[in-house]
Amino acid sequence: MSVLSLDRVSCRFYDGRRAVAALDDVSLAVRAGELVALMGPSGSGKSTLVHAAAGLVRPASGSVCLLGTAAPPGRAATRWWADRRRAQIGFVHQRLNLVPGLSARDNVALPLELDGWTTPDARRAAADALTRSGAQDLADLHGSHLSIGQQQRVAVARAIVGGRPLVLADEPTAALDTAAAEEIVELLANLAHEGQAVVLVTHDGRLASWADRVVLLRDGRIVDEVGAGLATVAADDPGVATPDRQLS
Amino acid sequence: MAVREGLLVLLGEGPRHGYDLRNEFEARTGALWRLNSGQVYTTLERLERDGLAESSPDGDDASGRRRNYRLTAAGAEELRRWLGAHARDGELPRDDLVMKILLAASGDPRLAGEVISAHRHQLLERLQEVRREQRRVAGGMAARLVADVQIVRLEADLRWLDLCEQRLRDANRGGTDRPGRRES
Ligand SMILES: Nc1ncnc2c1ncn2[C@@H]1O[C@H](COP(=O)(O)OP(=O)(O)OP(=O)(O)O)[C@@H](O)[C@H]1O
Ligand SMILES: [Mg+2]
Repeated sequence: MSVLSLDRVSCRFYDGRRAVAALDDVSLAVRAGELVALMGPSGSGKSTLVHAAAGLVRPASGSVCLLGTAAPPGRAATRWWADRRRAQIGFVHQRLNLVPGLSARDNVALPLELDGWTTPDARRAAADALTRSGAQDLADLHGSHLSIGQQQRVAVARAIVGGRPLVLADEPTAALDTAAAEEIVELLANLAHEGQAVVLVTHDGRLASWADRVVLLRDGRIVDEVGAGLATVAADDPGVATPDRQLS
Repeated sequence: MAVREGLLVLLGEGPRHGYDLRNEFEARTGALWRLNSGQVYTTLERLERDGLAESSPDGDDASGRRRNYRLTAAGAEELRRWLGAHARDGELPRDDLVMKILLAASGDPRLAGEVISAHRHQLLERLQEVRREQRRVAGGMAARLVADVQIVRLEADLRWLDLCEQRLRDANRGGTDRPGRRES
């Protein structure tokens, strides 16, 4: 079953008089165990797609399903999406959005506490997520004292904490150097191979190459997909899907 | 680079036997470069002739045929010079991809776009292959670095394709002329 599926989704924005079709009839399914990379020029709709997948943008037409359940229409959607974002979706925003007055650890623990975890459990999970994203030494620093690259690592920790089934990462490594970016995307690939569904937006072919499938967007449409055949084999065969993470 | 320089590097780390040099050379270059023993011994003879290396019989070897090689002072100096000298592969690559795109870019814009898309697809596929290979073989440092250089160079080609596409778009939006003719 797909963790995420978009079925013929279109999203429009109005700037003054003109309507911009940010997404135009896009269909995409992401299964558990898969890392899917989204690439495309600036303005091609990558962020809009992951926002639609998290209910942060509502499609003008088409539907979005999470774990087999379609988002309800109308007003009920707001509540439904808020619940999903808390319990099922980890999100790395292109604009990071850490809470400046909270420590890195509390930033990471926050989504779990909002989801009803006890503070000690949430803090334990946060420490673990910070370690996995290479930010263990930043735990006690305030969001506002972190460099952009450090904020990025903490934002990744916040998205992966608690092992929610869907992780959406919108350019999570844009401020990191080559080796650090490799590390973060390798982490996302490992999460996928442990069974989560991960969507990664990136401009780097080098980073996209970690993905099972690379989906290319242009002018709000999917124009190409690379690696689909092999991904199917890997996802269906538990022998292949087991983690092969000796390179660490 | 030639076998000669590779052997200088290895001998620079200490004396070695000929067969040892061959194995080490392959391991250190991630098996990008395979040597036969003939190549190794001919090269060692030349290094001795040029005064860059010297050899003596191995005392532990009963047959007396095995020789131990070490670098001379002149050899050490030659090694340092070579390591720091300009790498020679900085010329503009006149490779297949570049020629195809250049020729397509100066023709029908629609075809140019298709050619770029096709090569982007292939480069991404190749990148995925190299990455899968890198993850599959939990190889040593050399194997990792070899995969890294392939990945980074493929990425450079991809970036160039993105640039080509953007420039063609701009040119077709801005003027009526085809981009290939503008500079002439
Ligand atoms: N809130 C908004 N209001 C108006 N227009 C928007 C809004 N969000 C996105 N757009 C427009 O929708 C299109 C797609 O934008 P989007 O942010 O999805 O692109 P992107 O592929 O993520 O680009 P980038 O690589 O620069 O992040 C663009 O034309 C953008 O200007
Ligand atoms: Mg974006």
